[in-house]
Amino acid sequence: MKIWKTGVILAATVAGLLAADFKPAVVFDMGGKFDKSFNEGVYNGVEKFKKETGISYKSFEVTNPTQREQAIKKMAKRGANPILGIGFAQGPAIEKVAGEYPNTKFAIIDMVVNKPNVQSIVFKEQEGSFLVGMLAAMASKTHKVGFIGGMDIPLIRKFECGYAQGAKYADPKVEVIQNMTGSTPSAWNDPSKGGELAKAQFDRGVDVVFAAAGGTGIGVYQAAKDAGKLAIGVDSDQNYLQPGTMLTSMVKRVDVAAYNFYKSVKNGTFKPGIISLGLKENGVDWAYDKYNKNLITDKMKKAVQKAKADIISGKIIVHDYMSNNSCK
Amino acid sequence: MTDSPVAIELKDISKSFGSVQANKNVNLKIYKGTIHGIVGENGAGKSTLMSILYGFYEADHGKIYVNSKETTIKNSTDAINAGIGMVHQHFMLVENFTVLENIILGAESGMMLSHSIANAKNEIRKLEESYGLYVDLNALVQNIPVGQQQRVETIKALYRGAKILILDEPTGVLTPQEADQLFDILRALKEQGTTIVIITHKLREIMRLTDYVSVMRGGEIVTSLKTSQTSKEELAELMVGRKIHLEIDKTPVKPGETLIDVRNLGLTDAQGVKRLDNINFQVKAGEIVGVAGVSGNGQSELLEILSGLSPCSEGKVQISDITITPKRQTDPRAVRNASIAHVPEDRIKRGLIPQFVASETAILGYHNSSAYNGIILTKTEEIRNHCVYLMKNFDVRPNNPDIKSANFSGGNQQKLILAREMEKIPKVLLVGQPTRGVDIGAIEFIHKQIVDIRDKGSAVLLVSGELDELLSLSDRIIVMFDGKIVGQVDASKADERMLGLLMTNSYENKEESQNESSI
Amino acid sequence: MNQASKPLPVWIDIVVIPLINLMLALSVSIVIIYLIGANPFEAIKLMIQGAFGSSEGVGYTLYYATNFIFTGLAVAIAFHSMLFNIGGEGQAYIGGLGVAVVLLAFDHYLPAWMLVPMALMASMVFGAAWAAIPAYLQAYRGSHIVITTIMFNFIAANLMVYLLVNIFIEPGSMTPQSRPFLDNAWLPSMQAIFADIGIKISESPLNLSFIFALIASFFVWIYVWHTRWGYEMRSVGFSEQAASYAGIKTKRVVMITMLISGGLAGLVGINEIMGVQHKLMLDFVAGYGFTGIAVALMGRNHPVGIIMASILFGALFQGGAELAFDMPIISKEMVFVIQGLIILFSGALTYMSRPWIEKLFCVFYQTRNLREI
Repeated sequence: MKIWKTGVILAATVAGLLAADFKPAVVFDMGGKFDKSFNEGVYNGVEKFKKETGISYKSFEVTNPTQREQAIKKMAKRGANPILGIGFAQGPAIEKVAGEYPNTKFAIIDMVVNKPNVQSIVFKEQEGSFLVGMLAAMASKTHKVGFIGGMDIPLIRKFECGYAQGAKYADPKVEVIQNMTGSTPSAWNDPSKGGELAKAQFDRGVDVVFAAAGGTGIGVYQAAKDAGKLAIGVDSDQNYLQPGTMLTSMVKRVDVAAYNFYKSVKNGTFKPGIISLGLKENGVDWAYDKYNKNLITDKMKKAVQKAKADIISGKIIVHDYMSNNSCK
Repeated sequence: MTDSPVAIELKDISKSFGSVQANKNVNLKIYKGTIHGIVGENGAGKSTLMSILYGFYEADHGKIYVNSKETTIKNSTDAINAGIGMVHQHFMLVENFTVLENIILGAESGMMLSHSIANAKNEIRKLEESYGLYVDLNALVQNIPVGQQQRVETIKALYRGAKILILDEPTGVLTPQEADQLFDILRALKEQGTTIVIITHKLREIMRLTDYVSVMRGGEIVTSLKTSQTSKEELAELMVGRKIHLEIDKTPVKPGETLIDVRNLGLTDAQGVKRLDNINFQVKAGEIVGVAGVSGNGQSELLEILSGLSPCSEGKVQISDITITPKRQTDPRAVRNASIAHVPEDRIKRGLIPQFVASETAILGYHNSSAYNGIILTKTEEIRNHCVYLMKNFDVRPNNPDIKSANFSGGNQQKLILAREMEKIPKVLLVGQPTRGVDIGAIEFIHKQIVDIRDKGSAVLLVSGELDELLSLSDRIIVMFDGKIVGQVDASKADERMLGLLMTNSYENKEESQNESSI
Repeated sequence: MNQASKPLPVWIDIVVIPLINLMLALSVSIVIIYLIGANPFEAIKLMIQGAFGSSEGVGYTLYYATNFIFTGLAVAIAFHSMLFNIGGEGQAYIGGLGVAVVLLAFDHYLPAWMLVPMALMASMVFGAAWAAIPAYLQAYRGSHIVITTIMFNFIAANLMVYLLVNIFIEPGSMTPQSRPFLDNAWLPSMQAIFADIGIKISESPLNLSFIFALIASFFVWIYVWHTRWGYEMRSVGFSEQAASYAGIKTKRVVMITMLISGGLAGLVGINEIMGVQHKLMLDFVAGYGFTGIAVALMGRNHPVGIIMASILFGALFQGGAELAFDMPIISKEMVFVIQGLIILFSGALTYMSRPWIEKLFCVFYQTRNLREI
């Protein structure tokens, strides 16, 4: 009886200690957690974690640049641990606060911060893009495939570069036509301009277009449907948006990354440093589901699966644009 | 006073706005079929009283009896139903509607407009014939003269069945001839049994037109009299509460050098309309030259050119040391530096800044003077003292430089402006409408100041719509019509009738005026 | 009847009416917070505590207030000439560009004491230049300043994108932003200044700019009410006709006023670029220019009022962030709603409560008079 009682108290104490140590937090960037894109992917990941473990998390949405550091610091000050930051813009803030709170564990997505208590999560977008580039080239009858980027930044060029490599790999004769929507953050959310760019590409003979442009993509997919052409989604599985004309989606699992980060800290398996998530780690992939299975022939499927295996095994090396700021 | 029945009786009417009591225990009887004048200075409470009668305001307490029946008037519909009609000082007409449309506006009967139009036409015909109120029913209101517009307002009231007609300052915008016609119409209305209440500050009209007159002062009715038993002088005294000298003592003119010399002056506006055409005249030091004319015949443009506010398109002006030609424009600052002072026609829009405190208004135009400025900062204390000094000299009340200009009465605003412009005894004084909307007490004072500055050697050009004022102040009068000078007369030889005819360009004896103009 | 609209004493207009408007806005906010299922009094307590409860909170509040003072003064001074300068946003943005140009060019060569005045000048000159074109178009070509300043906000935004993406971008950077300035080109933070005199306060973005903002307020007060140029400016604002009668060159006054207005807005660049961000970046103005309109409205276009309104808005921004932080149910949109309500009541509906207060005052005044009799 006594032992049993002690056990209960002990268990309670351990749980209490754990709870005291493990208070996850996330700072969403401007755009907010319901941006139908990047922030929302993270939101889905941390929500999943909450649902599974019953541990709730603190969150904050910044509304001006000054609030990034303020919010992250406040999280740390209130004892939140671990803290997840999203997007390259939060890099400097994470770096600074991580220095001031060496015992708190941080992670940042899409940016590298060199601190002993920070995990930098980056994705090998080029690998996923390579696969959807192959699919695009194989589905194209005109040998012309299109790419529409959001904001013209190295990250998006990385997408484009991988996509072009994959397309050329599948069909050496293919021509890749690319456009960027703009050079400001508004380029992530400009569907009408996305639609215009897509139509212009269709006029030039493109019949498959890949949009790596956040909310702008919605306009691209609509234009593809209206013109009877094919489109490829990005970040999350967007095949359901326009069933029948969505060839596939290049999936970037920020939700998995966020979920895994919390989980690793909880399990004590957290490791600082760079975590690079590619095909091998299931960080990126192409989407195949009931919405697009009629568009993907067995031949296409086989070719892509083979290429995927080759990339994982190192037989195919996809060039990373950001390694030298060039696609060569 | 009489046995005829009472049309309107006001009993103990009081009304206050905030801490200001506009009407205080007003008792008034207006007899049926008479013309009843109400006189008083600005702010005496005349307009408030009539507004209460017409339902714009509700009295704080007191009772209104119409035809000996107690009546509640909460809005103008109640007033119309009680048979009360009002002709406002500022006409309430839709400019781009026809006369007929304006008359039936708001009184259309039934669904079909064409039906009510036919009925209305018949009724209006009857009104026109019985009172001599002829108007062109199909003309647009914006195209007919103000005298006609006023008739439209009158017909509107009668068409709605008014048996009691209130007119607020009806002659302010009329030529003497138009005013005469109005009076004929009002007499005709009276003959037919309509009761007429007329608000005015022109004592001459009261004496000519009314049967009874009530004098208001400080929100109260001072007295009600039979017009035949009183006089202009008595009424003026009752209005102001002290003795008033309506006649101005003036020494004979002693003209000096020519200070304003206008030759072949012309102005064509942006629409290509000639606003001024071949204007020639001179004003000498020590003389007052009046400019008469129905408003809108070029007087304002003349003043604006002379004061540097707008350019001319033909001719030449030599004023003090300034030369103005179409090529050589000037500006108000240069004009002021050449010792030319200007009391503008529109006191509120130009002469002062309503939101400024009095001391700020008192330096308007002179604000760059080193007397009021250090290197960077303004000399607040000097500016205040200057204002106090002006206020004392020109009897501006209240004598407080920190009150907003808007919160002074019209007369005191005008006195402050005159004080500012006359302080340095300018070589030339341009004055526009010096007593428009000014109480009778202040008028007397202002007139005296204008004559004083003439006696000190200033050349004064006086533009005014008040013929009385022009006749009593001026040494010479030039009359403008349609942008031209149509007559120059010696003020001592002119009278109102003659000026009125010249102003409408219908003076028969052209010979006489031409003779006069050669002076 | 000009007496009819006069009776209220000044202190009611300046103090009582804004307070009542604030209370009205808070009451509506309380109802809304209650309706979404949170404890409204807890929320308001959190907001106030977040804004004023710690030296860090105060620091953030005053940091935001600094921006609002600059943009509020800019709107107010233009308003004294009856010019509605909606372009504070663009002028502040370009002012920041001026700061960055100077600092990027000279931070390697010049010491801080030379960089600060140069950057101050640059922010004002650039901001004024951006206001000059709409001002010219208004004064000499009759284009309405509201329209042109709004258009210039867009032009500024696009110009900055072009410059940042093509010229100022730090090589290899993911975001369009310039390289960070060297330390000597950072405006000292309040934390550092207080540390020098031996007082320890928490870190916050509050920096020397706040003092500049107070000085600017003082200068605006002097200029508007105690110089002949301010006199001319107000004349033009109240009555252009009377101003031209007085020999005032109204077009020139419009130009000068707008240049000063643009210069004041440009000073936001000092606070943000030199004081906080230490690099040129996109969208650092973040709506402060527009909030300045509400600040000027609420502050009755008077520098003292603007300082008070700025602190209120700073507290709303800071307290609102704290509220969103501590009460997850209150999202950032909810905070916008509360801020919007306060702007609505103290800006757009300023005079809504005035008639009642007038009546109340009259009753009070009359009874007092009676008692004295």
